[in-house]
Amino acid sequence: MNLLHTIISRLPFEWAQYEFMRHALLAVIIVAPLFALIGTLVVNNRMAFFSDAIGHASLTGLGLGVLLGLADPFWALVGFALLLGVGILALQRFTRSTMDTVISLSMCFSLALGVVLLSHGGGFNRFSGYLIGDLLSITTREISQLLVTSLLVGAGLLLGYNRILLIGLNESLARSRGRSAWWPQMYFCAAIALVVTMNLAWVGILIINSLLVLPAAAARNVAHDARQYVLFAVGISLFSGIAGLIVSFYADTATGATIVLVAMGCFAATLGVKWWKARAG
Amino acid sequence: MENLPHHHVGLAPHGCGECCTRIENLGVTMDRRPILENITLHLHCGELTTLVGPNGAGKSMLLKAILGEVRHEGAIHFLPVAGHGREDAPVIGYLPQQLDFDRDSPVNVHDLFATAVSRWPVALWYSRRTRRAGLESLRYVEAGHLIDRRLGQLSGGELQRVLLALSLTPVPNLLLLDEPVSGVDVAGRELFYRTVSDLRRRFDLSILMVSHDLAGVTPVSDRIVFLNRRIVCMGRPAEVLAHPELRRTFGLDLAPPAMDRP
Repeated sequence: MNLLHTIISRLPFEWAQYEFMRHALLAVIIVAPLFALIGTLVVNNRMAFFSDAIGHASLTGLGLGVLLGLADPFWALVGFALLLGVGILALQRFTRSTMDTVISLSMCFSLALGVVLLSHGGGFNRFSGYLIGDLLSITTREISQLLVTSLLVGAGLLLGYNRILLIGLNESLARSRGRSAWWPQMYFCAAIALVVTMNLAWVGILIINSLLVLPAAAARNVAHDARQYVLFAVGISLFSGIAGLIVSFYADTATGATIVLVAMGCFAATLGVKWWKARAG
Repeated sequence: MENLPHHHVGLAPHGCGECCTRIENLGVTMDRRPILENITLHLHCGELTTLVGPNGAGKSMLLKAILGEVRHEGAIHFLPVAGHGREDAPVIGYLPQQLDFDRDSPVNVHDLFATAVSRWPVALWYSRRTRRAGLESLRYVEAGHLIDRRLGQLSGGELQRVLLALSLTPVPNLLLLDEPVSGVDVAGRELFYRTVSDLRRRFDLSILMVSHDLAGVTPVSDRIVFLNRRIVCMGRPAEVLAHPELRRTFGLDLAPPAMDRP
């Protein structure tokens, strides 16, 4: 990592001369592949809305953490996001309502609860940083933490990748092969909760889900098999992350949102490629 | 292994004819409404049993109960076959009614096999062994050429053959087919039935198939079970086809006999 840091600092660009840009770039390179990997599963298993709800639940987790007086609300965030994930899956099974209704209900509940908790005693504004995030404020120590947790979550996710993908294709089929559908789903939900929480301070609640969904959605337009799907998603995620970071430096805009716009551009481009291919033959 | 009485021994024209799966007094209740009642059914090795009945008769529910997806009363016993599988954890092959998936999904036939049979993440690399195993299974059902096709590009019949091949990897103790040919054209249906019929002999499989296509399944079935929340009648195809309630349900006395269809 130090080597990478040195290489970046030797780059003959204006932005590479700033410490905060070098840190941000390292963080992007660590996190972008993980987001892409999770995203391929989120999109394939039609859980985009689900992961959005988990992301928003972290606001409530933050509120609870503050209420409990925790110095570092990280585990309160992860804990509540997990709780909501289990709640959504269980509620859907129990009531047999459609998934989108259950998710919408849970999301409204957790958002409202989060705002109530955080606004108690005045001043929600203290926490508004979490809505947008600030990648440029990341420190070396936080980057190291990010690297370790990302490697752990990534390895865990790869171990369960096949099962989760199969459940997304058809749950009955997966279950007939002696695979419980419940545990891999919970495992997956935990991975989403961890990754979202880990990156909340840098990306922000409002846009974090689009970083999960967009690269995978773009890769789907052009991939022919599962390996290409992941490969393209990782490539698009890295490209949008790095390009978005550099553009935000020169345009003086919020980094997370700029990255999302670049990723959106990638999606539009792959859609064009798909359309052009379909027309050509 | 305990000594089990052999039921319907005379009904096993192929294979060892031993009783592989015993379903005893099975019942399913949902929202306090009985869906299935008092189902006692014994499935034999090398036999194709077809489940017919009107809509809402509980045919798919019976398969789900066997799979353990819905809670049920009564008991289901599996017997180990030819050295694989255990009584408490049998290998059940299952072919769902319709694979409900996104046709844009970038998953091809090989990926489907890899996710189902191997733990090496398909996201990272493809193992040659998994590919060979997949190809071998696909060739049983005349679908070897489909291995690099995306799932969304397959026709209904091709998809069902691919899924059939998947349900044979590993070779199951019991194969459950839920309306395998709904949405498949006539040529595809005939190929499918022929394949299933060959498989039962090759692997000495016991197969339970749900079908609406009475005319198509009659020639290949060893036994037909007419289900309408409970078992109305069962036996050789000719016996069951003569049953008045079945003839009424399928309108056999109004139209020319369905078996004579070309």
